[in-house]
Amino acid sequence: MSDMIEIRNLTKRYDGAVAVEDVSFTVESGQIAALVGTSGSGKTTLLRMINRLVEPTSGQVLIDGEDSHSLPGYLLRRRIGYAIQGHGLFPHRTVAQNIATVPRLLGWSADQIRDRVDELLNLFQLDPDAFRDRMPHELSGGQQQRVGVARALAAKPDLLLMDEPFGALDPVIRAKAQDDLRHIQRQLGTTLILVTHDMEEAVTLGDRIAVMDKGRLVQYGPPSEILTAPATPFVRDLIGMRERPFHLLSLTPAHAIATEGEAPGAPIARDASLREALAECLWSGRSAVPVEGGGIVTLAALQAHAAPTARAAE
Amino acid sequence: MGRLDRPGLLFALIGLAGLALPLVQFKPNRIVLGEGVALWSALPWGLPLAVVLAAVLVGGCWRIGAGWRLAAALAALVALVLALGASAGHLTPPDNTLARVSPATGFWLATLAFALMLADAITRLRPSLAMRWLLLGLAIGLVVAALASGIVDGISVMREYEARRDIFLREARAHLLLAFGSLGLALLVGLPLGVALYQARGLRRPVLSVLNILQTVPSLALFGIMIPIFGWIAANVPGAAQAGVAGIGVFPALVALFLYSLLPVVSNTLTGLNGVNPATREAATGLGLTRVQVLSSVLVPLALPVLLAAVRIVLVQNIGLAVIAGLIGGGGFGTFVFQGLNQTAMDLVLLGALPTIALALVAGIALDLLVEATSRRPKGA
Repeated sequence: MSDMIEIRNLTKRYDGAVAVEDVSFTVESGQIAALVGTSGSGKTTLLRMINRLVEPTSGQVLIDGEDSHSLPGYLLRRRIGYAIQGHGLFPHRTVAQNIATVPRLLGWSADQIRDRVDELLNLFQLDPDAFRDRMPHELSGGQQQRVGVARALAAKPDLLLMDEPFGALDPVIRAKAQDDLRHIQRQLGTTLILVTHDMEEAVTLGDRIAVMDKGRLVQYGPPSEILTAPATPFVRDLIGMRERPFHLLSLTPAHAIATEGEAPGAPIARDASLREALAECLWSGRSAVPVEGGGIVTLAALQAHAAPTARAAE
Repeated sequence: MGRLDRPGLLFALIGLAGLALPLVQFKPNRIVLGEGVALWSALPWGLPLAVVLAAVLVGGCWRIGAGWRLAAALAALVALVLALGASAGHLTPPDNTLARVSPATGFWLATLAFALMLADAITRLRPSLAMRWLLLGLAIGLVVAALASGIVDGISVMREYEARRDIFLREARAHLLLAFGSLGLALLVGLPLGVALYQARGLRRPVLSVLNILQTVPSLALFGIMIPIFGWIAANVPGAAQAGVAGIGVFPALVALFLYSLLPVVSNTLTGLNGVNPATREAATGLGLTRVQVLSSVLVPLALPVLLAAVRIVLVQNIGLAVIAGLIGGGGFGTFVFQGLNQTAMDLVLLGALPTIALALVAGIALDLLVEATSRRPKGA
């Protein structure tokens, strides 16, 4: 895979105070990178330097090998999707007008824009005829969030930046929104960099996790590596001792460790995570659950997978 | 009975006091103080009318439907104006051109009472926005019709008008020029200044403080200060006098009104822009709108109701303040007010004051309706 985004020695100082200090990492095309950290860790500043809402003090961002400074900032931003917490929809514009913002700026024809708006509304499970002409305040929180992401994707950007995109949603809607985002991202092949303070969200969504602390990048790697080999005490604290095994289990789908055999009771979905399999075992008092499409997952296998040693051996 | 209507009770007290006091003043000529004449002695049909009007006022103390209230108040106002006009013809001897009949305390109080009753009834009916525009148009139409029909031509104010028809039109134009011209200038300078202060946080305090001080200078003092300053400039700066700069006249009046308008325009622009949800602004920039596009297609449309509120404040304020321009030769309705004060001719004062009040009322109501129409959309979100 090609390197879509390469961040080189990016630094931002405000009047001598360091916000981001010498951060470098790359994100491969079509992957999701989650920037995690406490508030004030510099993760949002880092994100905003990628589309130059914040100009770096020093360092470079290469997008497909091209320096982000080869374009004026506003033209660069029209090529990069951007969605934020609280969606930021324009309250005086309809849903369709909101989604059409960037295509309109790029001078698409009216027909092209209309087709694209309908396509996106369908993609986000919003009936175009019912939602096209609504105003943002007439939507629920989850619908507003989806329109905000649809607007960010309208001009088919290769790169999408998201700042706490699910921060304003309640937990039930959030889980569904994360699922949908993951699904749509895989379908479109968009590279995604998202900022979150929630390690669970980072583990659920990220192909790579970048942990930020006091403006520095303290660890960058796949979720399993972050969970099993935290680079500093700060990373370990961020993961949370009590949550570690469950995060780890949530990374693997049930079918991946299914073994031959028979187990009683209702089966779980092939793509259900091991965490869900464990919950099902505990709740129904079974020592194994069947997986849809054949095979079973046993409590012993789950136990083996919830420990870091098992990972290291893989 | 327990069905007493409190506002109605208040209107009745004011109105009954008005009916008891003299309706008009009869004066042998325009300068001397005249004697008051009550409604029942001013007209042959004065007594029955007084009884009917009193009945309407007393009836309004009970909770009757707002529709009835509105109709009764409107009819009473029309009747009062008709009575005023008719009393002039009845009281003035046929061949006397010096005698004057002018509205007195009773007329104004009774008019106030019925006007309040009318406004109260309209509020209770909760008319739609379109209906309120229609009502405003209707009210203007009724006043114009009453003036044009000639029924009040015998009243002293109208006779002052008759003697100054041409000057009146000229001063009306001057007044409108002062009020709208200063508003235009204030918007031209104040909107960009407000936007600049929105972007440059550090400048806000010093600039707003200066504007605040300007706003605090009493209007007469400000007009006074202008005279020597602009007089000096006109005399000493080449070309200034030719460009219209002068110590007295329209120029200093316009400048003073403009200075008074700056604070409301600038501070409302700032408030309106600051009221836009930061997430909305952030998203606009993040999606690739240029600075100008963020301003023109997101910030200004969302701040529009607050901007229109500034226009309302400034327009109503300047229509009133423009009267003082009459003192320094700036023209406008103030000319009549100050002439009238000098000559102790109260009718002439009214000729300046009444159109000023009417203008301010119409401008205020019209802009209120406009503000409401634009803020129907939800804010923030």
